[in-house]
Amino acid sequence: MKTLNIRIIITLIVITFSIYFLYPTIQYYTLSDAQKEFMPKEKLRELKKKSINLGLDLQGGMYLVLHVETPKNIDLNEKNDIVERTTFVIKNRIDNLGIAEPIVQKIGSERIMIQLPGVLDRERAREIIGRTAQLEFRLLAEPQILEATINRIDRYLSGEIDTLKDTTTIDTLLRNKPFSSLLVNYGGDLAISEELIDSVKKILNREDIKNLIPKGYNFFFGNLESAGNSKFRRLFLLRDRADLTGAYLINAIATIGGDQFNPNAPVVSLEFNPRGAMIFANITSSNVGKRLAIILDSFVYSAPQIREAILGGRAQITGIQSMQEAKDLANILKAGALPAPVSILEERSVGPTLGKDSIEKGTKSIIFGYLFVLVFMMFYYRLGGLITVTIQALNFLIILGILSILGATLTLPGMAGLILTVGFAIDANVLIFERMREEMRNGKDFVSAIEYGYKNASRAIWDTNILHFLAALVLTFFGSGPIKGFAVILAIGVATSLFTAVFVSRLIFDILVYKFNVRYIPI
Amino acid sequence: MGWIDIFANAKYDFMGKRKVFYVIYALLIIFSLFVIFLKGINFGIDFTGGNLVQISTRSSDISKVRNALSQLNLKDVSVQNFGQEEDYIIRYSSEIDAQFVVNKLKEILNDEIVLQRAEKVGPTIGSELRRQAFILSIIAIGLILIYIWIRFDLYFGLGTILALIIDVIMVLGLYSLFQLEFSTITVAAILTIIGYDVNDSVIIADRIREFLKRYEGLKLESQKLIEIYNNGINSTLSRTIITSLSTLIVVIALLLFGGPVLYGFSFILFWGIIFGTLSSIFIVSAIALDLKIRKKF
Repeated sequence: MKTLNIRIIITLIVITFSIYFLYPTIQYYTLSDAQKEFMPKEKLRELKKKSINLGLDLQGGMYLVLHVETPKNIDLNEKNDIVERTTFVIKNRIDNLGIAEPIVQKIGSERIMIQLPGVLDRERAREIIGRTAQLEFRLLAEPQILEATINRIDRYLSGEIDTLKDTTTIDTLLRNKPFSSLLVNYGGDLAISEELIDSVKKILNREDIKNLIPKGYNFFFGNLESAGNSKFRRLFLLRDRADLTGAYLINAIATIGGDQFNPNAPVVSLEFNPRGAMIFANITSSNVGKRLAIILDSFVYSAPQIREAILGGRAQITGIQSMQEAKDLANILKAGALPAPVSILEERSVGPTLGKDSIEKGTKSIIFGYLFVLVFMMFYYRLGGLITVTIQALNFLIILGILSILGATLTLPGMAGLILTVGFAIDANVLIFERMREEMRNGKDFVSAIEYGYKNASRAIWDTNILHFLAALVLTFFGSGPIKGFAVILAIGVATSLFTAVFVSRLIFDILVYKFNVRYIPI
Repeated sequence: MGWIDIFANAKYDFMGKRKVFYVIYALLIIFSLFVIFLKGINFGIDFTGGNLVQISTRSSDISKVRNALSQLNLKDVSVQNFGQEEDYIIRYSSEIDAQFVVNKLKEILNDEIVLQRAEKVGPTIGSELRRQAFILSIIAIGLILIYIWIRFDLYFGLGTILALIIDVIMVLGLYSLFQLEFSTITVAAILTIIGYDVNDSVIIADRIREFLKRYEGLKLESQKLIEIYNNGINSTLSRTIITSLSTLIVVIALLLFGGPVLYGFSFILFWGIIFGTLSSIFIVSAIALDLKIRKKF
């Protein structure tokens, strides 16, 4: 057995490497919160990077798949560019949130995958990610144009007052003013209470009504405001074309400010680059006395009157509900508008308690699965069974070591994959033992039975493992995170199982026979 | 020698009785298909699209939760106990956020309700996953067919694949009978089974080929073939059963301790391994033999 020493060395090298790569993981997950607090941030991050990540299903967090709604009539390059820029903007926005290890990744041709470990304020996360943040400044139509338009719509609709009553479920609609009776006056602006917004929207979206709106203008709603118990949106008639957009923005800061009525309101201060400042100066200087609407994602936040030309390139968004909202708004404005709107295709969020529970269940399954196999194999193959199952502990070590190298993620199905791998690996030992028994039944002694048992079983072992690997490989192409984690472990497990169940188990038997002169092991 | 040895000297006439097994299997397939068509597969939101909300409550029983939900006017709503006594899974198809549902339930039930899990899958993803699952299963089966065809012969390849498809149909029949939720993890289990169930057939095929080699060049009567095939199955019978048992034991641990998330997964593996073992013993070689005798290919 001149290869014995070489095989021992190979095995020791594999074990050493596995432990070496697994060590940071063990270090990281055995740190107490206090120790983590104490450790320098840089060192902690380094450690985390080198250790196995827990999937969102185990540590809690949010997983999102977004679809980038690119325009239909553009070529592939343009589309690609838009999706890439959108990914970049979202990445910037998320980076400013201070979440540990977020992942933002373009997948396929028009999708973005986002993983936010530990994030639980789902609504806020979605707001920050999904908000287009298209900032625009548009001039308001002169009051007399607005009035004339409303009158025109009133006259047009008075013919169909009965159908309108049905659709709006208001029977107090005035016969001669069907449209304007949906509106109220609020501080000099037109406003619509929340319940009626859909009805108004429906009317304004009709093609025949659109024809009544003067060329170059369009209706916009304000953001949701509340007075007392009622909620409402204002209605504005604005210029069709944006006079200035967020593209010229260089900074946005959340502060306390607001107007003379509301001096302590949260606001976002905007600062434009020189070109933007010039455009802003031009608009304001030539429209003194008129009103300029500040629009974010097609909702008018405020529409202050231009009192004088503004030359410094600074403006303010008011009408924000809370400081948190102002901060988030400043963050996404700074990161820039999304080049295209996005929609959520898939969202999966797991709370931290459920994650902990899953870790516990996964660990329990692994421990008991292992013990069950151990007892079963000891019962059926005696000492031989004990030896081979013990060797399988090495399988865990090597698989986890490889996962560390790959920077892979451990999920609950992945934990199931770990223990299943051991179940599959043991099959090889069963095949070997059965062959050995066969050889011994045919009169061979134990030592040569080892030789022939391993040799004759090897074909079947390779066949079955290759077939496992093929299935696992196919599975890696399926679906989302947790399943991929399972498939990857299964595929790695095939290779490591061949090593532990065939190479190492044979080695142990050979060591027992050739180094310790053991002549028989009950199998 | 003093070892425990099941089926060490098995001499069953599997091939001679293969017609009986065909009939039994035909009945099982008909029964499984009948169940699937009658009860349908309970596709989860991964495949249908929609919302899933998992909550834990302090002291609300399922009827209370169901009542409270009926006040929310959610579309296609269903509630189901999940794991612990006061944990529930709610599914619905409306475009309403999980947090809203939880807040409303808090109000109506006046109970401490924690949102444990919220999943929302759009219809695009659902139909994509359906297509993907189908295509990947076909690819996996195709790869296995090619592998066995190359390693052994087309007869065994077809016998194995036919048995695999039958196994999957039977597992799905049971899955449908118990109305377990069919999700992405179920597909993972089915693909794993597709890879695993071939094991026993391959080992038997390998043994049969080993025996056939002794008669290389000779034209064998079908009676002789039957004997060789029987020998192949019988001499590998104990390892066929022990390898399956040792894996099954791990799966039992998963069924017992893996919790509700892994239950459907473990269920498929459990029955898949059992059916796979039985079909490799009873029908894979039988089909291969019949194809070989008739030499249709």
